[in-house]
Amino acid sequence: MKYAAAIAVGTLALAAHAGEREAELIRLVRQDCGSCHGMTLKGGLGLPLTPEALGDKPADSLVSTVMNGRPGTAMPPWKTIISEQDAEWIVKRLLEGFPEEK
Amino acid sequence: MMRWFTLLAASLLAGCVQMQSVRGTGDLGVVIERANGRVAVVETTGKTVLGRIEGLGDLSHASVVFSRDGRYAYVFGRDGGLTKVDLLTATIAKRVMQAGNSIGGAISQDGRLVVAQNYQPGGIKVFDAASLELLSEVPAAYGTEGKHSKVVGLADLTGNRFAYALFDAGQIWVTDLSDPRNPKTEKFAAGNQPYDGLVTPDGRHYLAGLFGEDGIALLDTWRPQDGARKILGGYGRGQEKLPVFKMPHLRGWAMAGGNAYLPAIGSHEVLVVDARNWQGVHRIPVKGQPVFVMARPDGRQVWVNFAFPDNGWVQVIDTVAGKVVQTLEPGKAILHMEFTPRGEAVWLSARDDNKVVVYDTATFKPLTTLPMQAPSGIFFTTRAARTGF
Ligand code: HEC
Repeated sequence: MKYAAAIAVGTLALAAHAGEREAELIRLVRQDCGSCHGMTLKGGLGLPLTPEALGDKPADSLVSTVMNGRPGTAMPPWKTIISEQDAEWIVKRLLEGFPEEK
Repeated sequence: MMRWFTLLAASLLAGCVQMQSVRGTGDLGVVIERANGRVAVVETTGKTVLGRIEGLGDLSHASVVFSRDGRYAYVFGRDGGLTKVDLLTATIAKRVMQAGNSIGGAISQDGRLVVAQNYQPGGIKVFDAASLELLSEVPAAYGTEGKHSKVVGLADLTGNRFAYALFDAGQIWVTDLSDPRNPKTEKFAAGNQPYDGLVTPDGRHYLAGLFGEDGIALLDTWRPQDGARKILGGYGRGQEKLPVFKMPHLRGWAMAGGNAYLPAIGSHEVLVVDARNWQGVHRIPVKGQPVFVMARPDGRQVWVNFAFPDNGWVQVIDTVAGKVVQTLEPGKAILHMEFTPRGEAVWLSARDDNKVVVYDTATFKPLTTLPMQAPSGIFFTTRAARTGF
C-alpha cells in the first residue's frame, strides 16, 4: 500500500515536471519562434506554422528543420537550445494546432 | 432624486479628469502590453501610467509612430490593424484593418501621411493621417512570376518620400508620395535578404542590413543616380557565423561622434562605422547578439540589448572610451529600450518579468519599476520630431 502511494507521488512529480517543461516550450514557441513566425504563428519573416500551412509535411523532416535549421534561409538551428524530444513535442503540437500560453 | 443627480455628476466628472486638466504631450509615450491588445499611456516626468487602452488586436512586435503634435500614437499591429490612439483622452480615435500581416510603419515629413509596411500582402499602404482613409498602395511585386516580397525597414525621407527594403527581392525602393494618390517608385538592387533598414538623422543615407550575405546596402538618397552600394562587405569575414535567433533591429540605431553603431548579425559584436566614408573603424565585443543598439540622445552612451538566449542582459558602451562600461541585468527578456527626451533616464521592458524598469543613465541605478503585462515596445512622443522614427 505504501509502495503504491510512493509510485503515485513519483508519477505526479514527473507529470508536474513535464507540465513545467511544456509551459516553457509553449512560451519559447509563442515568444521566440514568434519573433519570426508571428506570435499567432500565422507567419512573419518565417513561414506560417499553422496546421493548415504545415498540411501533411512529414513530422520528422519538420523536426529536423527545427533542430538543424535551413541553411541559406533565416531559420536557425535550435539544437543547442532544445532537445530532440522537445522538438518532437513542438512539431506534434504545431501539426495539431499550437496551445496558447497560460 | 437630487442625491442621484449629484452622484451621477460626480462620477461623470471623475471619468473626465484626464480630458479636463490641460497638459502638454512632450513627456508622454506608450508601452505595448500584450494582454488583450493593450497599450499603456505613460508620462516620463512622474514616471506613471496615465491610462490603458484595450482592443488593439495582436500587438506582438507592434510598433508606433506619432503625429507631429505628439497627441496621437499610430499603432501598427502584427495582424494588420492600424489604430490611432489619442494620448490625452486615452481612447481609440480611429482603427482600420489594413493588411493580413504587418510589421510597422512610418509618418511623412509633413505629418499628413501614415504608411504601413506589410508582409502579407507584401507592399506598402498609404493612409491619410487624420482620417486613416486609404489613399494608395504600392505592391512589392518583383520578378516575372507575380511574386510579392515582404517589406522591411520602412523609413521616412524628406519631401514625403519613403525608403524600404524588399526581403525576398533583395531591393531597396524609394517611393515619392508628394502626390499621395499617385506614388512614384524608384528601385535599386540591394543584395541578398535585406532584413531591416534605417535612415541617418539628416534623412540622407538609407542603410539596409543584409542577412543573406556579409555587409550593408547603402543608398545616398541625395544622389540616387549612383544606386545602392555595399559597405562593410568583408567586415567580420573569416569568422564563424553564429545561429541568429532573432533579427537585429536597425531603426533606433545609434549615431554618436560622427560614428554609427550598428548591431552585427551572427556575432557578439557592435560594429562602429565612420559615417563620413562608411568604413568600419572598430568592433566592440558584447555579451550576445545585439538586437537594439541605441544612443542616448547626447551620443555619449550606446545601450545594447540582446537576442535570445542572452536577452536578460543590457550593456552600455561609452563612446569616448570605445568599450562596454556597464553590464546590467534589469529583468527577464529585455525586449526594448527608450530614452527620455534628453536622456537622463532610459525605460526598459522586461517581458517575462511583467514590468518596465526605469534606469538613471548617469548612475546606472534603477529609479522605479512599473508593473506591465508582458511589455514589449516603448515609444515616447519625442519620436514625432525625428526623421526615421
Ligand atoms: C530568425 C528567424 C526565425 C526564428 C527565430 C525561427 N524560425 Fe522557423 N523559419 C524561419 C524561416 C525564414 C523559415 C522558412 C525557411 C524556408 O524558406 O524554407 C522557417 C521555417 C520553419 C519551419 C518549416 C516550415 C515549413 O513549412 O516547411 C518550421 C517547422 C519552423 N521554422 C519552426 C520553428 C520553430 C519551432 C522555431 C522556434 C524554436 C523557429 N522556427 C524559429 C525563420 C525563423
